[in-house]
Amino acid sequence: MADTPPSLYVAREPIFPRRVSGFFRTLKWWIMGITLGIYYLLPFVRWDRGPNMPDQAVLADLASRRFFFFWIEIWPHEFYFVAGLLIMAGLGLFLFTSALGRVWCGYTCPQTVWTDLFLLVERWIEGDRNARIRLNRAKWDFHKLGLRVSKWVVWLLISVATGGAWVFYFTDAPTLAVNLVNFDAPYVAYASIAILTATTFIFGGFMREQVCIYMCPWPRIQAAMMDEGTLTVGYRDWRGEPRGKHRKGARAAAASTTTTAYAEADVPDIEPLGDCIDCMACVNVCPMGIDIRDGQQLECITCALCIDACNEMMDKIGKPRGLIDYLALDDVPPTEPGDLAAVRPMGTDAVDPAPTVSVPVEGRVADVPAGNPAPTIAVASTEWKPKPIWKHIFRLRTMIYTALWSLVGIGLVVALFIRSDIELTVSPVRNPTFVMQSDGSIRNIYDVRLRNKSGDNRLFHLSLTSDETLRIELEGRPELSVTVPANETLLQRVYVTARPQDPASSADRTDLRLWVEDVETQSRASSATIFNGTGVE
Amino acid sequence: MSDPKAKKPVDDVTGTETTGHTWDGIEELNSPLPRWWLWTFYATVVWGIAYTIAYPAWPMVSSATSGILGYSTRGEVAQDIDAFREASAARDSQLASADLATLSENEDLYRYAVSSGAAVFRNNCSQCHGSGAAGAKGYPNLLDDDWLWGGNHEAIAYTVRHGIRNEADDDARYSEMPAFGEILEEGEIPMLVEYVRGLAGAEHDAAMAEGAAELYADNCAACHGDNGMGDREQGAPNLTDAIWLYGGDRDALTETITYSRYGVMPPWGPPRLTEAQVQAVATYVHQLGGGEADPAE
Repeated sequence: MADTPPSLYVAREPIFPRRVSGFFRTLKWWIMGITLGIYYLLPFVRWDRGPNMPDQAVLADLASRRFFFFWIEIWPHEFYFVAGLLIMAGLGLFLFTSALGRVWCGYTCPQTVWTDLFLLVERWIEGDRNARIRLNRAKWDFHKLGLRVSKWVVWLLISVATGGAWVFYFTDAPTLAVNLVNFDAPYVAYASIAILTATTFIFGGFMREQVCIYMCPWPRIQAAMMDEGTLTVGYRDWRGEPRGKHRKGARAAAASTTTTAYAEADVPDIEPLGDCIDCMACVNVCPMGIDIRDGQQLECITCALCIDACNEMMDKIGKPRGLIDYLALDDVPPTEPGDLAAVRPMGTDAVDPAPTVSVPVEGRVADVPAGNPAPTIAVASTEWKPKPIWKHIFRLRTMIYTALWSLVGIGLVVALFIRSDIELTVSPVRNPTFVMQSDGSIRNIYDVRLRNKSGDNRLFHLSLTSDETLRIELEGRPELSVTVPANETLLQRVYVTARPQDPASSADRTDLRLWVEDVETQSRASSATIFNGTGVE
Repeated sequence: MSDPKAKKPVDDVTGTETTGHTWDGIEELNSPLPRWWLWTFYATVVWGIAYTIAYPAWPMVSSATSGILGYSTRGEVAQDIDAFREASAARDSQLASADLATLSENEDLYRYAVSSGAAVFRNNCSQCHGSGAAGAKGYPNLLDDDWLWGGNHEAIAYTVRHGIRNEADDDARYSEMPAFGEILEEGEIPMLVEYVRGLAGAEHDAAMAEGAAELYADNCAACHGDNGMGDREQGAPNLTDAIWLYGGDRDALTETITYSRYGVMPPWGPPRLTEAQVQAVATYVHQLGGGEADPAE
């Protein structure tokens, strides 16, 4: 009872990822460079749209409610494009997650990319893993303070650039840049920059893996989207275990030819070791501070740096690569993990370095002693091959996702190309449904919104088509044409009248179609609507 | 067990440290929360307390604490209204003295008049004339082309400003139809009803109407005109068109002739509405569908 209960809270364990090089590290540098380059530079790309139009290639113009993306201009009523893009993003994520696991987390999530960038700065100023651990333990002195402050200053500069780049997407970037420097920019610009600077600085510099583990819902969601056929970063325990330091002389033998039975029976001083030498390289490079050899974990963002680290070690000790690798959970030999005897040729002499032949085992080349007349257990693993990568990627599930994704994408592209630069929306006035005039004729009123999406003022001509005789007039205009200013929507009240002798005046409802035509370019748009009569025959 | 350095209990299956609590053989794993979450929680508590000090929050007996920042939503609305008034002050003064006949040439001011006039209409006029301005029995439909007192900008603005047959404004439009039930002989009114229906081209008894021609000329033509075309100077309706303010069937016409009608509209000029609002609502009504051309200068 005198036991003090264990604390319910725990302090963050600092993580000091070691530098690593390899294929995936290089890939990640490239992805980081491209994504950050796009993010920081895109607002300054210019795109000429003619007079009176913004010349920024990508611009979310909240004030005038327009979104510009190079040659595409989205108006508020076309928000379905944004909805469509979000649906595509969702489906794309399903697709990538079911094929490649948490590839978003590992390569392109802003949290990962900026943390990676901040780690680069940290390594550049404070040194690699061991130096940073020493510095962390060291007492605060002038040297430590100097390093820390310079690191924080660089982080802060990156953070300010990050927050600053964000606001450039919402207004003309070069103008705002000048205004920001002269303290002429709107309050909201400074506030946005301040907030994003703070989040970037804190999340990238100090919270790092805590954001992924405790704040982000994504690890939970993605775990549900993965299945046993999904490629993800994993450790081939059947090959690596039991792990341990290989002793000289025994290394080559132990690596491929020992067996539990043999070792225990005849050569007790040679341990039956797997390929893992327990060098901790995979742990030391991990930005999440986990051990991939413990199996699939919520914390793992599949950044694949442990693959690079392990491959480097495997090369050094002369083992095949891929002890840690992109693999699927169903991608193991048809034996129980740990039952290593089954996957290793038996009955061979470990001490005698017999000439060997290369037999491909699970994507690697295993040295199998030649001239081995009859292994006591037929080597299942030499017949077993992992599924090829494409079989993991092209599965029914991923193909369905791809089909849905493409369908939405094609729909959006088609919608983008068939949309006209003139449009009309007709809202019939239904209060009242009709108006009787002095001469007994029946009039319906329509509020017609005419949209001119071009950069010039344009003259629009209105007309109607119907099976019945109807007359069209425009409020306040003697002619049937109206000038709509450039890049604007104009509300025009339109009157449609049926004389007493016209059937439409006494009919209940009559179909009609209102047309708008650009007088100059002849391009047309139309909208169907209803004419209400008295309904008294 | 009291040795703090004693090895902490560990769950065999997961390898996770346990709290040492066991219920029916079920052990509680110790998955400690990161401490910064705890600090975040404390920070939100501090923020919450600070917020209730800064902003109106705690209910008291008759009101609530007002907060040291002095913020209130009502105050914010008042500010917004003031800001709006200030922003539209220039247009309002321009509109108050504008010539409505040529207002549409100034596109910005015209649009302002129509949209602010729509708001004025909904707040002040829709009670009688309906939110869609279609009127009702006794309350004219403002969408059609029939006007009792005139339908150009100036006439509409005058009607709005001074009203009709009210006591409050000496300049109100005024006319009065006698109650012919006290004037005419019994049996003359049904004949007059047939005559009026005949004027409008409705189904009627031609013989009875024939007999009422002289009655009409003597009693009605002074205001409604020899041909029944009405007289806008006196607000006398046109009897030949398809539109009836109080109904065109025999019962309604009999009632109208017997007892007469006396529709009243209040004056809406200052102080009820500002001059700019009168101008705006007149502009709005004019463009609803029935507005008539303004006389050339």
